[in-house]
Amino acid sequence: MAVKAITPDYKGEALDGVDKFHGNIMFHVNWEKHLMFCAPVAFAMPPDAPFSTLLEETLPTAYGYHPDWQKVDWSKVEWTLDHEPFDPKPDASLEDNGIVHRSLLRFTVPGAEGIAGSGS
Amino acid sequence: MSRKLNLRERYQRMTRDLAWEPSYQSKSDIYPQMEFEGIKIEDWDKWEDPFRLTMDSYWKYQAEKERKLYSIIDAFAQNNGHMNVTDARYVNALKLFLTGVSPLEYAAHRGFAMVGRQFPGAGAQVACQMQSIDELRHVQTQIHTISHYNKYFNGFHDFRHMHDRVWYLSVPKSFFDDAMSAGPFEFITAISFSFEYVLTNLLFMPFMSGAAFNGDMATVTFGFSAQSDESRHMTLGLEVIKFMAEQHPDNIPIIQGWIDKWFWRGYRLLTLVGMMMDYMLPKKVMSWREAWEIYFEQNGGALFEDLARYGLRMPKYWEQTIEGKDHITHQAWGIFYNYTHAAAFHTWMPDNEEMDWLSAKYPDSFDQYYRPRFEHWREQAEAGNRFYNPTLPMLCQTCQIPMGFTEPGDPTTIGFRASDFEGNRYHFCSDGCKDIFDNEPQKFCQAWMPVHQIYQGNCGGATVPEVLDWYHLNFGVDNFDYEQSPDKKNWDKWKGQAAEEPEAPDEAA
Repeated sequence: MAVKAITPDYKGEALDGVDKFHGNIMFHVNWEKHLMFCAPVAFAMPPDAPFSTLLEETLPTAYGYHPDWQKVDWSKVEWTLDHEPFDPKPDASLEDNGIVHRSLLRFTVPGAEGIAGSGS
Repeated sequence: MSRKLNLRERYQRMTRDLAWEPSYQSKSDIYPQMEFEGIKIEDWDKWEDPFRLTMDSYWKYQAEKERKLYSIIDAFAQNNGHMNVTDARYVNALKLFLTGVSPLEYAAHRGFAMVGRQFPGAGAQVACQMQSIDELRHVQTQIHTISHYNKYFNGFHDFRHMHDRVWYLSVPKSFFDDAMSAGPFEFITAISFSFEYVLTNLLFMPFMSGAAFNGDMATVTFGFSAQSDESRHMTLGLEVIKFMAEQHPDNIPIIQGWIDKWFWRGYRLLTLVGMMMDYMLPKKVMSWREAWEIYFEQNGGALFEDLARYGLRMPKYWEQTIEGKDHITHQAWGIFYNYTHAAAFHTWMPDNEEMDWLSAKYPDSFDQYYRPRFEHWREQAEAGNRFYNPTLPMLCQTCQIPMGFTEPGDPTTIGFRASDFEGNRYHFCSDGCKDIFDNEPQKFCQAWMPVHQIYQGNCGGATVPEVLDWYHLNFGVDNFDYEQSPDKKNWDKWKGQAAEEPEAPDEAA
């Protein structure tokens, strides 16, 4: 449904198209059942960055504070990408893994239930 | 010899009789915004103002209130009234309230001036004019309070600049910008009915009681001074809905859509108030859960039973707020605890007594979901490892709050919704926020999202100190945990001095 506007055929300019991010894509990551991190996070990275950068540099910086981080074994982590099951290829780029601007990655670490099992 | 007019006659002379039928311009040229929203008004004379307040009486009453208000504010300043608050932690609730709400009072002043200009009916014009002036008065009195607290505490110094830039202040800003950029009927439904009538008690009652409980007479004073205006505003809100509903049956689905939208927007905005009640008042008044039960479930429920005769029903997704009342304030405090290094106020973890109060008030949620998280944070802070989230959060495109709210029925899983529009994907925290976007994507695709703007390089730089500088916040002073704050150091010093010397410190010019 179009916006009800006093101007006929009113159109808004999207403020967050990928063209605004200087060659990066902005995407989101959530570590399930670890709500000590209050919300999913946002990253802006070049689409040709290898997925392994995310695993080895970006996510440890984002989530390393949590005591459960020690339990992370990437070979066992379960992923979804935009709500579909996802089997990332670490050596391939974000783009080749199907990650696009505004994608949502969610990961679950088996056996990690947050602080005292509270999902925190 | 003229006889004295009775109230009804005075109202007639001083409102309706001031209007006239235009003869050389068409009404649609004079009031160009009356058609496009689809609201049909057949007879503006059916507008009833239950207050029947005329402009001359209005000036007289308001002037009297101003005299009292400013004498109390002066006395507060002269007597170092800020020293009587329960604890300097309390002032952080004021920082959020005064930097978040005061610009909205000013926006309301502008908004009512604009819609008062657009409505053809004299009764509605006068009511909007008075409310516009009320709102200007409210922002002025709040700025006086800001001015006083700003002499002693950090984070108050540039509220106007901050309003346009700081990530969490974009939540109240976007709420009002949304209303002001709508048509006049949606604006008045949003602000007068959905906010002032249905939800304002949740803003004013607990917050002003909280101020009184915590010794903050400056805030109590502007609260009381505003309260008599608020009752008039609430009456306007109800009159607006009844008037539109009675004018034409085609108006009902349009009004219902606005009620659905603005209830949800208001509910999300009030999460910040609930968080203040549960976490930021050293002496608590009532919990958010209790306030929601009284002011929405009971009072709001009765209101919508009354409105059922027009074919209006409870706002969509109200059921989710009943479950949410056990969770949203804890989740919001977690958000600000995560990101207080980028905020103009301090956060902290509740002490044992406060944790027990939260357990008692939230028996179905606090101990299970939030206490373990908070105790862990507190232990880490005490060990010198205070948690700050190092990564920018994902935001909801509609309410602009970080996506920290959980899925209905599952308090350990974040709620995710998304929509695709013209080649871009947009994310939302809830069904309510997604619906709002889906109804007006051309509007909400333009939202100025603080996190996205930082990543686009529009906010002064990529580091926290650079962004804070762009926000006009003082890094290391206005931000971080309360425990290490200059506010706490000052407070402890002043209170220590006060114990030795009978006189409170006097730094006021």
